Amino acid sequence: MENFWAGVLWATEIWLYLIVCLIMIPAMFGFSLGISETYMNILVQTLEWATLNIQKANAEEESAKASASNGLIQREHGSMEKELGELRRSRPKPPVGGDFTLSDCFYFTRRGIESIVDDEVTQRFTSEELVSWNLLTRTHNDFQYISLKLTLVYGLGIFVRYCILAPLRITLAGIGLTWLVIGTSAVGFLPNCRVKFWLSEWVHVMCYRICARGLSATIRYHNKENRPKKGGICVANHTSPIDIVILCNDGCYAMVGQVHGGLMGIVQRAMVRSCPHVWFERSEMKDRHLVTKRLTDHVNDKTKLPILIFPEGTCVNNTSVMMFKKGSFEIGATIYPVAIKYDPKFGDAFWNSSKYSMVSYLLRMMTSWALVCNVWYLPAMHQQEGEDAVHFANRVKSAIAHQGGLVDLQWDGGLKRAKVKDTFKEQQQKKYSSMVVGDDSSSNSD
Amino acid sequence: MGSSRSSLRRVPDGQQLLQETGFSAAVLLRLHQRFQFLDKDSRGHLRSEDLEAELSENPMGDRIVGAFFQPGQETVDFPSFVRVLAHFRPTEKNRTRGGEQPEPANSRNRKLKFAFQLYDRDRDGKISRTELLQQVLREMLGLQVTEEQLQSIAERAIQEADLDRDHAICFDEFRKSLEKVNIDHKMSVRFLE
Repeated sequence: MENFWAGVLWATEIWLYLIVCLIMIPAMFGFSLGISETYMNILVQTLEWATLNIQKANAEEESAKASASNGLIQREHGSMEKELGELRRSRPKPPVGGDFTLSDCFYFTRRGIESIVDDEVTQRFTSEELVSWNLLTRTHNDFQYISLKLTLVYGLGIFVRYCILAPLRITLAGIGLTWLVIGTSAVGFLPNCRVKFWLSEWVHVMCYRICARGLSATIRYHNKENRPKKGGICVANHTSPIDIVILCNDGCYAMVGQVHGGLMGIVQRAMVRSCPHVWFERSEMKDRHLVTKRLTDHVNDKTKLPILIFPEGTCVNNTSVMMFKKGSFEIGATIYPVAIKYDPKFGDAFWNSSKYSMVSYLLRMMTSWALVCNVWYLPAMHQQEGEDAVHFANRVKSAIAHQGGLVDLQWDGGLKRAKVKDTFKEQQQKKYSSMVVGDDSSSNSD
Repeated sequence: MGSSRSSLRRVPDGQQLLQETGFSAAVLLRLHQRFQFLDKDSRGHLRSEDLEAELSENPMGDRIVGAFFQPGQETVDFPSFVRVLAHFRPTEKNRTRGGEQPEPANSRNRKLKFAFQLYDRDRDGKISRTELLQQVLREMLGLQVTEEQLQSIAERAIQEADLDRDHAICFDEFRKSLEKVNIDHKMSVRFLE
């Protein structure tokens, strides 16, 4: 019995030594041993083989033409006046009593049904359907039995992912977080001097690198000369909480967010000791002036790190960019746009917050094969003379969408959750009633 | 891309709905995904709140939502959802059918019947003056018109269509008053293939 426990202890020691040497030390000092590259190569080859097999099997069956990036329907875009006018053409306009016809309902009914069925917005909130299969049933909604070989490989894949990769990654993540808390608290004891800033940056980057290894993340940075500088605001599209790890691997940013309790709260408090971040109480978030003021103060202090903000306000599935909220664009600081695009071949990074909790999402991430993403730093943008915040926000959004190869959408990400306000309905009623009751002077409304 | 025929397995009554409604398999799948999105708590059916969220801008929103639910029922499952939407498929011009086959959901007559039921809330086969006045018109126009204006509008609408002078509009009168309107175009939604 004792031998058994001694053996287990010995195995754990070896395990930890291996982790420290092969993963942590390179992470701390920023060089690579080439293990990840070999792993990725093997992975790519296996996935290609699996895809070929599936495509062969499906060649005979007719495939659906529905493309994932189009909406389900094509909406009619006629205005209310035009459509109702066409409906009423069949009868003469009565002189008195208002112009209402029974056919008016067709217009509203059709529009209503279009709204119920139209999934252009929701397409962006469901995970991308892959053309090939990456041996994860979660991205391919329909697992069929195709051949024994394929199923064996899939089974092997499950074993590797859950029994080898997952514990490794969880260990790393744990180490990374602990080190972040301890390191930043330790640095916080030092007086404010250049050494402190340098040390704090080093601790932060190191911990994020460990976390990135913990997710087997391969990140390619492009255009590093455009990296955000102090006193600016860094703006990026949002796909998951991992975006923070991705961006902070290559630079230090000040975070903005709500104060949380529990584990997140501990991390937040520790981080703030070594360098200033902007954490808001939940009640403060409602007060827009207070938020703007704090952000402006932070930005005006040129010694403070650039702020990292995700203006979409919510996670989108990385095929498009949703409407940017204008709050961060009103401050008047230099904006450094950054585009992040994940490669879906290796794992779906999108966090569907209505479907998965944070913990189950992180577990999913840790049992994926790997995370590959590209980060593009775009040249700095300034608000131009006479340009309002909304217009500026849209300009930045287009630049990011263009660079990352994402679709530029006008929809508000908040539509995912919130109910549309009642004033929209009143507007429609007003418009319609002016057509029914009408002024005596004109025959067309505004 | 993975085959959708076999994925149709996951759609309740998939094969039957394909034949009944005339939707293609691809559209049916997308509708199922949309249904699952609207069904936020994954119950397998929709309640009126789930649909109302999409129609908050539409003056006839409540009426349209009501059309999905059978009288007395508070939930709608996927097959019923699709059967209502089948009314909005564009009419096929040269479809030949035998005498025994039931009338397709997207025929001109069925579309008119659907619209009629939007007005005829209590489903008694007639649109009475009160129904038109208080329920439909008031909802569509909200607080933008006065009571007198509303009354005169309702009065005139009924006078125009009411041929047998019973102060109500039955389905035949409804159909007759709309015979010149291009129903197929106005009551159809273009589903992409």
